[in-house]
Amino acid sequence: MTSETSAQPARAPSPLEWIRRFLAAPAVGPFLALLLTMAFFSLKSDRFLQGPNLSLVLQQVMVVGVLAIGQTLVILTAGIDLSVGTVMAFGQIVMTKFAIDQGFSPLTAIALGILACVAFGVLNGALVTGVRLPAFIVTLGTLNIAFALTHIVSKDLTYPPGTSGASTLPSQLLFFGRTFTVGHTEITYGVVLMFVLFGLAWFSLTQTAWGRHVYATGDNPEAARLTGIKTWRVLLSVYTVAGLMYGIAAWLLVSRTELGDPNAGQTTENLDSITAVVLGGTSLFGGRGTVIGTLIGAIIVGIFRNGLTLIGVEVIYQYLVTGVLVILAVAVDQLTHRRRL
Amino acid sequence: MSEPQQPILEARGLAKRYGQVVALDGVDFELYPDEIVAVIGDNGAGKSTLIKALSGALQPDEGEIRLDGKRVRFRTPGDARSAGIETVYQDLAVAPSLDIASNIFLGREARRRGPLGLALRMLAKRSMRRDAARHLQELKIGVQSMGQPVENLSGGQRQGVAVARAAKWAERVAIMDEPTAALGVKETRQVIDLILRVRERGLPVILISHDMPHVFELADRIQIMRLGKRVAVVTPQTHTMPEAVAIMTGATRGELEQALIKEGPPAELPEEDA
Repeated sequence: MTSETSAQPARAPSPLEWIRRFLAAPAVGPFLALLLTMAFFSLKSDRFLQGPNLSLVLQQVMVVGVLAIGQTLVILTAGIDLSVGTVMAFGQIVMTKFAIDQGFSPLTAIALGILACVAFGVLNGALVTGVRLPAFIVTLGTLNIAFALTHIVSKDLTYPPGTSGASTLPSQLLFFGRTFTVGHTEITYGVVLMFVLFGLAWFSLTQTAWGRHVYATGDNPEAARLTGIKTWRVLLSVYTVAGLMYGIAAWLLVSRTELGDPNAGQTTENLDSITAVVLGGTSLFGGRGTVIGTLIGAIIVGIFRNGLTLIGVEVIYQYLVTGVLVILAVAVDQLTHRRRL
Repeated sequence: MSEPQQPILEARGLAKRYGQVVALDGVDFELYPDEIVAVIGDNGAGKSTLIKALSGALQPDEGEIRLDGKRVRFRTPGDARSAGIETVYQDLAVAPSLDIASNIFLGREARRRGPLGLALRMLAKRSMRRDAARHLQELKIGVQSMGQPVENLSGGQRQGVAVARAAKWAERVAIMDEPTAALGVKETRQVIDLILRVRERGLPVILISHDMPHVFELADRIQIMRLGKRVAVVTPQTHTMPEAVAIMTGATRGELEQALIKEGPPAELPEEDA
């Protein structure tokens, strides 16, 4: 602050300081956790590190990963979105039903499904900013609304009805389940799309003014408002983009499961998307975190589910493990990011 | 203090009522070029209401505000800001997880030139950092790197960043609302020196503070508020601290005159008090 300190020459940091800085860098902790997880499961199962299995992990990750992009944005603004899973399920039902029953062209049906999710995002955002309700309550409400609408619209049927064998859905709806081969490993287009979306989110958050405003709004909304940022607009845009992500995730889910299932997205997706975000080092207090961390967090979640299955752990214990995992991650967040202001 | 110049910022007859409560009761205010004017007053005297009116945080019921002699109406803090009036708040209004340069440019980010800025809306990070570093150096705020998060700074440095931001964007007036209230002794000193440097750079400052020694050290003129009125405008040369406090707390005119006999007459006794 004083002129004396500014006159001090900047000393070269010691090796220890480099290590400290390295560990403090945003996505390093999650990355080390990822390496540990991979090391653990590769010791337990020979199949784990093989190309086809890793490709499968990524396929399982792509839906939760794209959901987690939206969840990251919301959590960065110190909110939370509990409606992710059921909103995606609704979008998925809209897509498949309109493509099959209503005779809409496949692309129109996809657009309508994505639009339905965007509408839920706008609704969440409008209630959080306009009526100033807590995000937790708003999205708990829209979780139930989307759940109900999914079952009302689908009349509890899967689309296409009574599927067995090859799906009768139009190919456009299944596009992101298609694969191409690199070496001996098949990669789905959906996984590529997921990485592209993570790249776009990274760019928007770190390289644009909008990203800065998202961080500032989550970090200190009053300060953000006083510097002239229209925080309501930032929040509304965040929830809307999150809705868009859920819509795209719905398309990915249809591509992967080859059907529209009204019972999809009810249990694991919500918690998994939040777990991915928190494991990725994003603080539930808002204002801190990276989307790259979320990508790593989503992969960790995917590896846990995949690895536990590989070593023969029953599904119900997987729930137990992910539950413990998210609480641990939140505890670490509390201890490291506890407000210093 | 007979100033022939036109005030940069001027208020006439500002009034603000909340139901039965009169927060401002026909208050005048002047700020001349290159000066620091302190506004003091007890709690509820109306000083923060006055400041909020001047910074656009609230709209007065009556009265007018003039900037360079022209009447202005601030409906929002944004209006005041675009008129060149920046405000620093006591509660460290920064975004702690963002770095120094991002805080300095928060809400006013510069984009890259060319297609990267136009089409991709990419930030000009490097030039903003360079610009912020130069600006902080001019204000003699010593921080090691523009890239460190503000939360790693001391309270004084953090407030230094807030003051530097205001000084960077304020074209006409900087308002400092209790800028040192949350700080320790040493850090308060740093911020006070910084405010003096801001004034030296030709930016007039309105200072709201409870701290009489600092007010008397910094201010060229001191506007004293009581019960929603301006009761006096004094200077550190004509009045002592106890006198200013006496006026502020509403000592009787007799007591005041007793006090003044020892020190000579005040330079300016406001009409409201007559």
